[in-house]
Amino acid sequence: MKPSRFWPWFTLLLGASYFIIPLIATFEFSLRMRRGYYSFDAYLSVFSDPRFQATFGYSVVIGIFAIIVGVLIVVPAVYFVRLRLPWLRPFVEFLTLLPLIIPAIVLVYGYIRLYNSSSLIPFTGSALGTDVLLVFAYVTLALPYMYRAVDTGMRTIDVQTLTEAAQIMGANSATIIARVILPNVLVAVLSGAFLTFAIVIGEFTIASLLNRPAFGPYLQNIGANRAYEPAALAIISFIITWGAMGMINLLARFAPRTSARTD
Amino acid sequence: MAAEFLRVEKLTKRFGNNTVVHGVDFAFAKGEFISLLGPSGCGKTTILRMIAGFETPTSGSIEVEGQDITHLKPNQRQLGMVFQAYALFPNLNVGDNIGFGLKIAGMGREERRARTDEMLRLIGLPGFEKRFPYEMSGGQQQRVALARAIAPRPRMLLLDEPLSALDAKIRVSLREEIRAIQLDLGITTVFVTHDQEEALSISDRIVVMNAGHIEQLGAPHEVYNKPATRFVATFVGTLNTIEASVASAANHQVTIDGQTVALPSLPSGAVDGSAISLTLRPEVLSVGNRPGNDIVLAGTVADVTFLGSVIRLRVALGQNTLSLDTFNDQRTAPPTRGEPVTISLASKDLLILGE
Ligand SMILES: Nc1ncnc2c1ncn2[C@@H]1O[C@H](COP(=O)(O)OP(=O)(O)OP(=O)(O)O)[C@@H](O)[C@H]1O
Ligand SMILES: [Mg+2]
Repeated sequence: MKPSRFWPWFTLLLGASYFIIPLIATFEFSLRMRRGYYSFDAYLSVFSDPRFQATFGYSVVIGIFAIIVGVLIVVPAVYFVRLRLPWLRPFVEFLTLLPLIIPAIVLVYGYIRLYNSSSLIPFTGSALGTDVLLVFAYVTLALPYMYRAVDTGMRTIDVQTLTEAAQIMGANSATIIARVILPNVLVAVLSGAFLTFAIVIGEFTIASLLNRPAFGPYLQNIGANRAYEPAALAIISFIITWGAMGMINLLARFAPRTSARTD
Repeated sequence: MAAEFLRVEKLTKRFGNNTVVHGVDFAFAKGEFISLLGPSGCGKTTILRMIAGFETPTSGSIEVEGQDITHLKPNQRQLGMVFQAYALFPNLNVGDNIGFGLKIAGMGREERRARTDEMLRLIGLPGFEKRFPYEMSGGQQQRVALARAIAPRPRMLLLDEPLSALDAKIRVSLREEIRAIQLDLGITTVFVTHDQEEALSISDRIVVMNAGHIEQLGAPHEVYNKPATRFVATFVGTLNTIEASVASAANHQVTIDGQTVALPSLPSGAVDGSAISLTLRPEVLSVGNRPGNDIVLAGTVADVTFLGSVIRLRVALGQNTLSLDTFNDQRTAPPTRGEPVTISLASKDLLILGE
């Protein structure tokens, strides 16, 4: 006799409805801007708002820089820790978890105290300096995700032997990272990049306290002052985040394939 | 001996307080195929990795072509290496894998292509340059790894158990191929293995190692026929040991399972009644009393293994069991278990082993 499929499905649907019902309700509400009809007016209103375009564009640029800086820091760090200082790994792992434990507000107050305009390194003294600070803050926030993605990627290749194979053929460390390690963990790096992007796009606390025109504070502002647009924005943010996650899944197919064979 | 090409002197390696290589010395000529042979953990890989530059010797020196390379970085040594797990770059196709070292050396695209094609022909995989490592069998991947190692014309080739990840059949054919390519190019090669048959079949000379030191260094036939120590005799090939007691020290007579035989000599210090052990290779034993064999013993067949062209017998002589092979004679039935059997050997074929 086939075991009943009822209960597994029931549990799954119950769990899914926990997420899906509010989403459907929000979506439904976002369509009701015009009285008596369903319409995309709220979305039109959002997209035509110049502040939407400006803040979204700003956050995208900050996100891209955060990804670049994050990759430049994390990939060599994970590589050298795996290769030369394996005993340091538990410590590094703990360190990269700190941003999850320490609230963003603590981080940003620390930044403001350390880098205010009358300090030795007055990052917040200019708009550009504050942007740089914001990028570094986001690198920190995304560190747990970026580190784990890259670390998992490096676990799938034999870092030490590939390094030695390249070294004996005359390659130096920079060449090895650029031509051997990075290409083989590229998929992992990209999934870390999309996670970073998803975090940066919706982040409110740091952007707001550093007073930068980012998408997060804009979302909050609209949410406090409008009725239907916030629902539309919630759906848009949700699609962006899920798009980023979908890309990660898609990329997993291009991960390096194992070639361990005995024949 | 021709001019020394590779010279290792008093090479020592300690990990913490664990000394894994104890003052190893050897020197080889250009073009030799050298095997480092020994049981697991004896330090073969550690020596090879010190030659490659992946480990720093605690003391001692390594010279190649008269140049002291002990403290050079691996990427300055101009050596080629093949690893047990192939270690092809998964993101690069075969052509780019083979061309990797050439590109690092700054060779132009056309020249690189020509050299890659030449290498692919050498390893018998012409037209494979667009394949990726995961699209090839283990044997093919290891051949590509070999081509990648020799493409930049290294001064020496280092191989760390390159065949042990492969199935038995490919292992044999690939080792012959490696040897043929090595002879063809005349490249000095250091080959690490724990498989004595592998080492015996393809080496010019073998370094037999045990617990971080060299037990014997010599050509395959020397190591096999004249093992310097008991360790070498047991590790390389099969060894029979007979426990005997001295019947008459004056007449060089010993008793084996109640049968008295005369030997050409006895170890010094043997007195009547003392126990001695005799060692011999299986192939010096014959079934029956063959002319020229001066020691004849009667025993019982303890076990018979039919291997096709060869029949492997185990013959019991009291508490001693000896192993020997005889050719399969199609006209007579093989011996059966429990049957009495006469075996003989020439006393000059007994191995006198130092400890
Ligand atoms: N990096 C290291 N740190 C500490 N000990 C090590 C290290 N590398 C090797 N050893 C030790 O040195 C000894 C010799 O190792 P090595 O790898 O040279 O042996 P091997 O002869 O190649 O053995 P196998 O046939 O198993 O490969 C072993 O006891 C091993 O545990
Ligand atoms: Mg080894």
